[in-house]
Amino acid sequence: MSATTDPYAGTTESTSGPVFTVTGQDWDTINAGAADGDHIVVNMGPQHPSTHGVLRLILEIDGEQVVDARAGIGYLHTGIEKNMEYRTWTQGVTFCTRMDYVAPFSNEAAYVGAVERLLQIEDSIPQRALDIRVLMLELNRISSHLVCIATGGMEIGALTVMTCGFRDRELILDLFEAISGLRMNHAYFRPGGVAQDLPDDAIGQLRDTVALLRKRLPEYAALCNANPIFKGRLKEVGHLDLAGCLALGITGPAVRATGYDWDLRRTQPYWGYDTYDFDVVTWDEPDAYGRFRVRLDEMTESLRIVDQAIDRLEASVGEPIMIADRKIAWPSQLSVGADGQGNSAQHIKHIMGESMEALIHHFKLVTEGFRVPPGQAYFAVESPRGEIGCHAVSDGGTRPYRVHFRDPSFVNLQGTSVMSEGGMISDVIVAIASIDPVMGGVDR
Amino acid sequence: MSADDKEDQQPSAGHVDEDTPEGSDVTDVVPSDAQTLEVVGVREGAFGVAGTGDTSGFGGLTKPILMPPASVPPFGGWFDEVAEGLVRGVGGEAIEKVVVDRGEITFHVRRERLVEVVQHLRDDPALRFELCSSLSGVHYPADAGRELHVVLHLLSMTHRRRIRVEASAPEGDPHVPSVVSVYPTADWHERETWDMFGIVFDGHPALTRILMPDDWPGHPQRKDYPLGGIPVEYKGATIPPPDERRRYS
Repeated sequence: MSATTDPYAGTTESTSGPVFTVTGQDWDTINAGAADGDHIVVNMGPQHPSTHGVLRLILEIDGEQVVDARAGIGYLHTGIEKNMEYRTWTQGVTFCTRMDYVAPFSNEAAYVGAVERLLQIEDSIPQRALDIRVLMLELNRISSHLVCIATGGMEIGALTVMTCGFRDRELILDLFEAISGLRMNHAYFRPGGVAQDLPDDAIGQLRDTVALLRKRLPEYAALCNANPIFKGRLKEVGHLDLAGCLALGITGPAVRATGYDWDLRRTQPYWGYDTYDFDVVTWDEPDAYGRFRVRLDEMTESLRIVDQAIDRLEASVGEPIMIADRKIAWPSQLSVGADGQGNSAQHIKHIMGESMEALIHHFKLVTEGFRVPPGQAYFAVESPRGEIGCHAVSDGGTRPYRVHFRDPSFVNLQGTSVMSEGGMISDVIVAIASIDPVMGGVDR
Repeated sequence: MSADDKEDQQPSAGHVDEDTPEGSDVTDVVPSDAQTLEVVGVREGAFGVAGTGDTSGFGGLTKPILMPPASVPPFGGWFDEVAEGLVRGVGGEAIEKVVVDRGEITFHVRRERLVEVVQHLRDDPALRFELCSSLSGVHYPADAGRELHVVLHLLSMTHRRRIRVEASAPEGDPHVPSVVSVYPTADWHERETWDMFGIVFDGHPALTRILMPDDWPGHPQRKDYPLGGIPVEYKGATIPPPDERRRYS
């Protein structure tokens, strides 16, 4: 279709001036010179390849310079918090894992942590379950940072970084698939423990992948760290100092790039993080380059934690992975059969053929669920993007009364304006990539 | 109530250590009119099923839903330091009650004093709650006169402490002052809370919807707003939408 026959192209008048609609290769048909003043308001997105999903940016530009930047969100709002009020406490994991789909384990962690605090069973979670959670969280941190670096590289034209990043992320997703059964949206953490134990061959797979990643992660440093184009695009872009970060509530790599070593794994440890040996990475350049370096080094630190977690899991084979309290623990273990993943044949035999009480127990817990005493709790974990917190309110029923997630992408995205105003349009992309927002988490 | 009684009523605050100095005077944190029972609803029946021929008699059960009650000082550990610091700065009458539950402390604040309270929490060197982690709403339709709650989670990075600050507003007058002037990060949080609960934050720079479309009617996360959904047919059977399925109250 040629530009002249496009029904959406052309100029229309509005109360705030003429609106030009260009649909591609038809800029010449616009008489932009007729508009008053030099400022143009450009609508970037919500379907723009560089906006990390359905993010809409409203940019007021003066030539190539951004005068005013605003973010429009909500295009991926799926009502996850509302939906969770209509499911059992256990089913809630299945919903919240879909929020920040690049770091699903962090979502699950915040939620099950809040539920466990409400149940006051935080001290009764088996150690092996906690170690598995730490293992998954740290692997997830690496895969999430790889996506951030990969897409961030792609957006400035460094396609090699993108292909390498997604190649290595795939290794970790294979591990997730082997352990939880799914590459994404795992619903693997459960209040009281995890859904199932590691498969028999998992330790070997984990060790192989860690060895491979240990070889490959330095390649990103070799490719990017001193690369003049890379530095030229990232340095001094998206600057935001510590005061700005705290005022805007920004956490995660952005705050550590200002030199402040705030990391909940260290400052408010949960699930035994205080027993792991790792360093909190900081950097002294609060810009896109500093955030890149923080993420890069954090992946190496996460590998250290993963190594220690594997050692612990190797030593604790056979120990329980679900709380001993049968009123909370999910009654069955999943297994993989000829027809796919489901309840283990042995469990089905037990409840269907051997024990009426076991059947009742299974039925009650699966359909009705457990009750959580009234009250509220807030549990925060350090996700790859910063603090993800879950505020859970119970009215004593079998469903959450209210669940709210403090998603780090949602909060960090407020930094868009201060990070990109006064810069060039091309730097807006870099600044947003350095925030690393995931719109599923922003909009929930 | 003697001092010994207060010792006995040490709130079940999880792992809070109890090294409060003797004779600390924080009794005015809890005014005398503070409710001890926090009824937010009444649960009826054993399984929440209505309209079926109930022969068990459990359908006649009624049970009030009680949220954790107000605590009396000493609260234990650093909770008392924060409570004292807050009372010192804004006076005890700004605080409706303090609830210590599951190792977390909640300050219920009179809404008209909210900004003053968070300003003091942020700026007092002994308190230093620099970061507003989260601000959101909770709707308690049965809590007459205080249906809409605004819940803030504040974090002190200096002291590594977290507290919860809660203010409430009646449904008929859903106004709460905006804390954006103290915590700029609350901007989007308050817009979301307006969007989802219809709470008007007075003084917010631009209180518009953020997640729902601008012309959306209603506030989806209020309890009287239906979840919606359509029945799904699967292999001849019809499964009703989630909010019409049997629920276990």
